[in-house]
Order: sequence, then C-alpha cells, then structure tokens
Amino acid sequence: MINGVLHPKNVVAQLVELGVSHYVTLPDSETAHMYEALMAEPSITMVPVSREGEAIPVAAGLFVAGQNPVVSIQNAGLYEAGDALRGLALGIGLPLVMFIGYRGHNRMGDTADTAAKYLEPFLHMWRVDYFVIESDDDLDRVPIAFERAAKTNQPFAVAIGTEYAKESPSGTESEGE
Amino acid sequence: MITYADACRVLNESRGEAVAVTTMTQTKYWNQISKEPDLDIGIANGMSKASSVALGLALGDPERSVLCLDADGSLLMNFGSLATIAGMAPKNLYHFVFNNGIYSVTGGQPLPTAGVEYAKAAEACGYASTHRFEDVESLDSALPEILRSPGPVLIEIIVKGEPQAEGVDQTWESNAKMPLQLRALRKRLTGNDDWGPGGPFI
Repeated sequence: MINGVLHPKNVVAQLVELGVSHYVTLPDSETAHMYEALMAEPSITMVPVSREGEAIPVAAGLFVAGQNPVVSIQNAGLYEAGDALRGLALGIGLPLVMFIGYRGHNRMGDTADTAAKYLEPFLHMWRVDYFVIESDDDLDRVPIAFERAAKTNQPFAVAIGTEYAKESPSGTESEGE
Repeated sequence: MITYADACRVLNESRGEAVAVTTMTQTKYWNQISKEPDLDIGIANGMSKASSVALGLALGDPERSVLCLDADGSLLMNFGSLATIAGMAPKNLYHFVFNNGIYSVTGGQPLPTAGVEYAKAAEACGYASTHRFEDVESLDSALPEILRSPGPVLIEIIVKGEPQAEGVDQTWESNAKMPLQLRALRKRLTGNDDWGPGGPFI
C-alpha cells in the first residue's frame, strides 16, 4: 500500500475480503475513482440509485434477503437521507457500513463548505459512530467498522476524507486528481 | 373504481409464496387476510420507501417474487425509485401502485397534482411492462398472467379513497412491529435466525 493517498483498489480488496455483495451508491466527486474500481470487480454488484434516500432502504432489503451490502453516498446526500437513516437503519437495528464522501473536509478543520462543517455534528446527533479515513494507512479501520456494525446491530459510518486516487491503467499508482 | 379490500383480496389469492411489501392503507387490509405473515413487511416507519425496500429484497433473492403494494403519494415522494428499479431490472419485482389521488392516512388531502399516470411514468423509465386497472374483474383475470411475466412490472390500480377521519392507523406499536417482521422475513428467506436486537424497539 502507498501512504499519503487512498487507493480505491485497496478498499475494493477489503470489501471482497469482508464478503460484501452489493455496493449501493450515488457517485460523488470524492469517490468517483472508487466507482471505476468497483466496475472492474465482478464479485460485488453495483446498485446505482437515483437519490441518496433510496440507498439505505435498498440495503435494508438486501440484508433481509441474506446479502451483505454497503452504502456509499456523499455527506450532502446523507443529509437528504436522514429519514431513511432514522427509520430503516437506526430504527430497525440494521448492521450497515456506510461510506460517506466527506466533501469539503481538510485536516485543519477550516472549511467554508457547510457539507463538511455539519457532517460530524450530524453523525453525533444521530448517534452514529464513525471513523474518518484519509489514506491507505487508515484502512485497517474498515474491518473494525464492519465488526462494530455487526456487534451493535447499528449503522456505522466510514467518512472518506480525501478524494480516491486514480488508478493508472498499468496498475501503478497516481495521486488523487 | 376498486376498493382497497377487493384489490388486496385479489392480490392475496395470487401471491403464492411471494414476499409482500406493503405501506399505508394497504397494510391494514393486507394484515387482515394474509396467510403468510412471515413473508410480509408493512413499511410503517420508512416514509415512502416501500419500493426501495422491495427492490433490495428482489435483488437479494432473485428466485422469489416480490410484490410491492405501494401508494401514489408514497411513490411521488420516492419517484426516482422508478428509474432505479428500471435500471436494475429485477425480473421478480411486481410493483403495484394504489392510486386514489389523496393522502388517506392524514385525512384525505389531495396530492400536489391530480391525474398522474404511474403506469405511463414507469413505462417511460423502462419497466418491462405496465398495466392499469379500474375494475376488479379485469385485475382479477389478468393478474395470474402478469405474475408469470418478467419484471419489473408496474400495475396501477385505481382505488376508491378511504380518508381516515380519526387520525392515522400508524402508531408506536406498528412502528415497533416492523423490526420484528423484518427479522422474521430474514429467517424465512435465509433459514438463519441470526439477526439480534438493535435499535429503539427491540
């Protein structure tokens, strides 16, 4: 793994190892390269939704049918999905890992983007536990997120605090764009 | 125009071992007649999301039919799900939309606009087929063949509105029932009783 950047292929490898079956998503700018990497992984089915509020209910249905889905949406989309988070994740005790694009995030905490400003207060308000992932060095937290979701029967958020790097066609790494 | 009771009766007679995802007034009637309660989910605490939960179930268990008894007001609130469902194209999903033009459970207020044709909307999004029924005899005779056809299928049913005069049927108890129903359904579909307690109700 390469330190300092977050490579989608490393996250995909973790999802495969964790037995993820479906990736329910509405793409965003932070996770665009993740979309490309997942399209190349045949064991995970991509489920694109039209609006973020659909993602958690679709994942709930998949879980009830015996599948192992994750959700990937942007922070602004999570706000739109608030009632679904309330009723069909927290309310039913759904063990669901949600990857949340942390639009506007920087390490200094100084951002004019309200999508970033409100993410962590929003998660605290809903009592959703979370990790922030900013590089490949942080990826050991992903399996812990799955363990915590399963142990508590509650959703657990993994906030993606940087843009995924673009993987070059040759397989060598390049920096995020 | 069809009554809720007749529509639910006809659907129940043809369901076989399909999963049934209901919402709003349909849940009340369905619960009175269903003989497979562990294959039922009444979406009581997930505003407008019956179609999305049904999509997840259909994708997760592609060998079993899934019936979604949706409502017009609910679908308007989650209209993008028509495109999402069409995109994933589950062959086992049958999406019924009970069209009465009003918000029944809140007392009968009209929808933002009258005359939305949900079958046409679904057709435009790319559903495999769509149907629209205004009398129960036509619905009854066509339903077995519809349920043998590949999904996703949208079946619009024009129903007589039943505005509730004394508040909603949805209560704390109905909200608390949904997590239990979901666990029973997962047990039925997977054979595993492995989803423990979580959330405010259990």
